[in-house]
Amino acid sequence: MSSVPFKDKLETFELNLGPQHPATHGVLRVVLTMDGEYIYDAEPVIGYIHRMHEKMGENRTWAQFLPNLGRLDYLSALSYNLGYVQLVEKMMHIEVPERAEYIRVITTEINRIASHLVWLGAFVMDLGGFTPLLYAFDDREEILDLLEAVTGSRLTYCYFRFGGCYNDVDDDFLQGCLKFCKRFYNRIDMYHKLVTGNIIFRQRMEGIGPIDADMCRRYGATGAQLRGAGVNYDVRKNEPYSVYPEMDFDIPVYTECDSMARYMVRMDEMVQSLRIIEQAVAKIPEGPVKAAKVPKMIKPAPGDYYHAVEAGRGTFAIRAVSDGKNKAYRMKLRSPTYSNISLFREASRGMLLSDALAMMGSLDLVIPDIDR
Amino acid sequence: MDVGVNLIQLAIYLGGFIGFAALNAAYLVWVERKGAARFQKRVGPKETGPFGLLQPPVDGIKLMTKQINIPEGVDKPLFILAPIISMVPAIMCFVTVPYSNSIVARDINIGLLLIFAFASVNILALMLAGWSSKNKYAVMSSARVVSQNIAYEIPMLVIAITIVMISGSLNLREIVDVQAGAFWNWNWLPFNGNFLGPITFILFYICSLAETNRAPFDLGECESELVAGFHTEYGGMGFGLFFMAEYANIVIGASLVTILFLGGWYSPLPESIPFLGASGIWWFFAKMYFLIWTVVWIRWTFPRMTVWGLLNLSWKILIPFSLFNLLASAGLLKFLG
Repeated sequence: MSSVPFKDKLETFELNLGPQHPATHGVLRVVLTMDGEYIYDAEPVIGYIHRMHEKMGENRTWAQFLPNLGRLDYLSALSYNLGYVQLVEKMMHIEVPERAEYIRVITTEINRIASHLVWLGAFVMDLGGFTPLLYAFDDREEILDLLEAVTGSRLTYCYFRFGGCYNDVDDDFLQGCLKFCKRFYNRIDMYHKLVTGNIIFRQRMEGIGPIDADMCRRYGATGAQLRGAGVNYDVRKNEPYSVYPEMDFDIPVYTECDSMARYMVRMDEMVQSLRIIEQAVAKIPEGPVKAAKVPKMIKPAPGDYYHAVEAGRGTFAIRAVSDGKNKAYRMKLRSPTYSNISLFREASRGMLLSDALAMMGSLDLVIPDIDR
Repeated sequence: MDVGVNLIQLAIYLGGFIGFAALNAAYLVWVERKGAARFQKRVGPKETGPFGLLQPPVDGIKLMTKQINIPEGVDKPLFILAPIISMVPAIMCFVTVPYSNSIVARDINIGLLLIFAFASVNILALMLAGWSSKNKYAVMSSARVVSQNIAYEIPMLVIAITIVMISGSLNLREIVDVQAGAFWNWNWLPFNGNFLGPITFILFYICSLAETNRAPFDLGECESELVAGFHTEYGGMGFGLFFMAEYANIVIGASLVTILFLGGWYSPLPESIPFLGASGIWWFFAKMYFLIWTVVWIRWTFPRMTVWGLLNLSWKILIPFSLFNLLASAGLLKFLG
């Protein structure tokens, strides 16, 4: 039931979805023009929690801006941390010790799993199944405990520093990661049994919410949207950073373009993250976790810099223009969710309300990331 | 029978029903919350009293003491009337339910018909609530609820007719009496004249689930789409009545399945077995609460269906099957019985 011909716009009515609505997971507002249960038009109204992060980036020194990154996509904060510190390292030509790179990969990947777990729970809850949320949070709790031990915070991490990490990890963390991996393989199987195989779930997912590669290209959608549309693009593989080239992992790609494809991509990504963590824990070398020489005052040479990483929801990129001072001249944060929500208007046209909300769930929205 | 005695009897029963319905509604919420907690590895209510057993009265007091807020612009008489219309028929349904051979308020010849008649008034209440709320979500919800209930009442009635044909009566007590003896005489098994018994039972169970607007068929109040559906604008006891009516309807649905398919108050074992073979009200409650438990179980396991999926299930699967079932049973009864 992807689209129906509309008779007349006069028969429609407006429905205000949000900013306070259980399905929008935050303060997103979507003005729906409805024809009965069908969506004639859906206009996302964003900006309710706009906090001017980009402007803050231009008013603070490079180091002062670091904690802000964890406040964008609070669910995969470490990916954002990583993107920013790597940008600054690129600008300042700072060499990062290998142990620090491995720690960064391990923590980022385990954070990615936590992020996907929240998505899994929230997504199934959008479909009316409440129980998987608490199962997912049960697993996420273990990750948060692990990360809390090394980073000191549970959600908005600020762990990476220019030239390394804030502190070293201990064996407890590494063994804890392995223990988690071992347990989580079984849990993934359980999720597949509980959720993926459910007939009602499949009925609501398969063939619903088509987002094809062309639409992704036009709106700049990345992440599971793109890989669910059959495009094999992942920044970790296509523009490798950190020690990802040394890791053996696959990029899950599904060609169905529907909500189920996006669901499967994320589920498989969690398994791939587990593989990366296991390899990284096995390979992690001894050594320092901070670069020996990091300038106290970061003053990058004038120029235009860009760095992209694969965050939980797609490509997160920063473009910074430096004029040689201790603050950025211009800071542009390219957040994946912003691009992902922008295709909602086109993709949801002609859909049923319940299907559209299921599709919205499959986009994995984090509202602070949209509004920045 | 003397009119005075009759009236006193009626008053006792009336008080009994309201108490029974209210107690069930209150403690089924507790069961549901504890059950959900079990499924989700949580603890559930535990602070109020032992095992959180005082939670229902506390919730009740909270709901009753809340201000009754009537939003501006609603159709006030209907807005106030809707929760009452929702609750009253639900309690009325209890009148004809035979809990045991002797415990039944009104042993009416058309008991089954009466239950169906009163149960369908519930839709009217939900529709009025949605319509009078002057809220788009509520109106959409009531449109859904009406189409859903119509779609599911048809197969439910057709199946009920099948049972009536087997039992030869609309009287609920007599329907149970036909199933006397051990469990192989019950209507859900194929040995009682209806060789499609198990299918009939499953169809009826699905329909009764859909009738009560419970997950996975809770399209009227699906949180992630329509906020709270028809009771979006209700607060305090207005909401409380809808809530109680929902649980009362679950009890009625489970009782009906027990009566029609699971042999009512009869023991699953032959009467010759001492103690366990004895029939009585405890068997009725055991079966009924087991069914209610399965309703809770299903709610916390399945995601929600879509409107069209739900209507398709009814019009394309349940109604053809139930009609075929009716014809097959009728033919069998004609030629074999």
